[in-house]
Amino acid sequence: MAQVNIRDDEVDIVIGALHLDLTSFMEDWRAVFSRFHLIIVQDPDLKGDLKIPGGFSFDVYMKSDIESVVGSSSSSVVFSGYSCRYFGYLVSHKKYIISIDDDCIPAKDDKGELIDAVAQHITNLMTPATPFFFNTLYDPFRKGTDFVRGYPFSLRSGVQCGLSCGLWLNLADYDAPTQALKPGQRNSRFVDAVLTVPARAMLPVSGINIGFDRELVGPAMVPAFRLAKEGKFRWETVEDIWSGMCVKVICDHLGYGVKSGLPYVWRNERGNAVESLKKEWEGVKLMEEVVPFFQSMRLSQGAVTAEDCVIEMAAAVKERLEPLDPVFARASEAMVEWVKLWKVVTSRLSNSAA
Amino acid sequence: MAGVSPTPLLKDELDIVIPTIRNLDFLEMWRPFFQPYHLIIVQDGDPSKTIKVPEGFDYELYNRNDINRILGPKASCISFKDSACRCFGYMVSKKKYIYTIDDDCFVAKDPSGKDINALEQHIKNILSPATPYFFNTLYDPYRDGADFVRGYPFSLREGVPTAVSHGLWLNIPDYDAPTQLVKPRERNTRYVDAVMTIPKGTLFPMCGMNLAFNRELIGPAMYFGLMGDGQPIGRYDDMWAGWCTKVICDHLGLGIKTGLPYIWHSKASNPFVNLKKEYKGIYWQEEIIPFFQAVSLPKECTTVQQCYTELAKQVKAKLANVDPYFTKLADAMVTWIEAWDELNPSGEAPAKTSNVKAK
Repeated sequence: MAQVNIRDDEVDIVIGALHLDLTSFMEDWRAVFSRFHLIIVQDPDLKGDLKIPGGFSFDVYMKSDIESVVGSSSSSVVFSGYSCRYFGYLVSHKKYIISIDDDCIPAKDDKGELIDAVAQHITNLMTPATPFFFNTLYDPFRKGTDFVRGYPFSLRSGVQCGLSCGLWLNLADYDAPTQALKPGQRNSRFVDAVLTVPARAMLPVSGINIGFDRELVGPAMVPAFRLAKEGKFRWETVEDIWSGMCVKVICDHLGYGVKSGLPYVWRNERGNAVESLKKEWEGVKLMEEVVPFFQSMRLSQGAVTAEDCVIEMAAAVKERLEPLDPVFARASEAMVEWVKLWKVVTSRLSNSAA
Repeated sequence: MAGVSPTPLLKDELDIVIPTIRNLDFLEMWRPFFQPYHLIIVQDGDPSKTIKVPEGFDYELYNRNDINRILGPKASCISFKDSACRCFGYMVSKKKYIYTIDDDCFVAKDPSGKDINALEQHIKNILSPATPYFFNTLYDPYRDGADFVRGYPFSLREGVPTAVSHGLWLNIPDYDAPTQLVKPRERNTRYVDAVMTIPKGTLFPMCGMNLAFNRELIGPAMYFGLMGDGQPIGRYDDMWAGWCTKVICDHLGLGIKTGLPYIWHSKASNPFVNLKKEYKGIYWQEEIIPFFQAVSLPKECTTVQQCYTELAKQVKAKLANVDPYFTKLADAMVTWIEAWDELNPSGEAPAKTSNVKAK
């Protein structure tokens, strides 16, 4: 039930292809995806040809495309694994980007209706966020609800929403230790809410099901935090947690909002938490340093664009986190490199735009 | 359900505080859930009126004469002709936990049609930790079927004690007067199956209709202010208590949860009457909110009373120029703490008041 008018030409759906055969994924999403343009980025580590069914408007980007933009010499920005989708963010020129992992399908809501995750993300992004005061009835702009008694009137127009974080039914986005400890646990609780995550509150953003306003926060979606043994299961990565917190700090600073909640997607079973646990502990340990860093991160008054903010954050990462682990040095470099790439690619796109 | 331990009743550790000026008929519907508990009825308005309590409840009842008798001159801090008087009940209680509910709130049904035991959910909320330092996207991680998500630091997974559980309402939503006037027919029909911790540093509008708290942890902060008769403002009692409580919880490392349980709110108050009561508050809150957002309590304030007394000082210093009401309010806040400490001396057996009525 969209309250907003979605202009199809304002949206790109970016899919990072970690599997070659996208047929069933695309068929499951056809009703939702088919009106939009898709950017499909093939994980450069994935050898072979993608299988994509007909009836969609899409562009595919492969290793060679990535190299021609970024250069084939080693760059600190690495677009492999789940991070391949960031290349799609880079080359898009639409206002809104929706990104869903290729092992997720549409979920059903509590009434048994199929959820249009794209429409919900766009609604979240196009309606104001309210980060400065918590509304106990959650998103006041949803139909059938409003601001409650005691909510200051001066804060009721809200601010622009930069990021929309969706959720997952079935396989929730737990880390490997949690899922290994509770192997049968599945998320079956449909929480019918969208809410703005308050200013200065940090959260772990899951890249499995997100939407964002590329014009507002695109440069802040940094593919920077690569674990040494990063793998092809979400349990073996934390790249999205990093970029999500960059976006949150930057939104808090620039006065934009971040929403969390609906829409849900259905996440299929994949991988083995115990195997991942044996392989990868690093991400879990590093969070102990990462989270306090972002919680205390303050940007200067002079940082007025997302690009400025990323550069400042990169410097802070270098200064405060680099001594702790080499992954942070790589992250800092990647953030700086990303902003450079962003500026080059977007100016190229606007020069060539008709 | 295997592995799920039942929620403790806490029947000897929890008081239910109910302010009323009309009658207590609503208790009949709550009987299955409330009967094990001791009730503290605070009778507002005309003390010569007799409020009938349904048979079978164990209760104590206080009217204005009792409040004046027990508190003497300090009774001036307790509002008259406003449900804010309920905080007198918090003060005279000797229990660890308080649940307060309005007399126009009934048992709601969950989406499966089952009656919601609001008190049981509040107890679950209060007995499990809160997580104010990092937002969990799957909401309360201690609920059955939920957990902390990927990226949530393990060092923050113990949480902090929960001081307050703020419940919600189906049917008549808790809107202010202007919103009620614009949307007289809007009803809250959306059941949001979540409990969540309000992050540290974030303020919220606390509604006193369906509220539970740990009296030992935060009781003295739950002063509902000067409202009603002789006061320039009404319908900001719970708001005021909520802002003070949140700031103090943030300072002391305690958590506040909001969400489930729902109750069914049956009565829409008159929006024109409400507008007159709230009118000043609508303007004043534009100053009050920045005040609370900027409040900083010194680290020497380690008890709730110390925090609250310090807050009263800052209210007097910073809000007095908004309206002389705030000077009165700051003084009343100090009186409240003095009265609280008199009635609840630490280390001694609590003084017994004589309004207890057995079953």
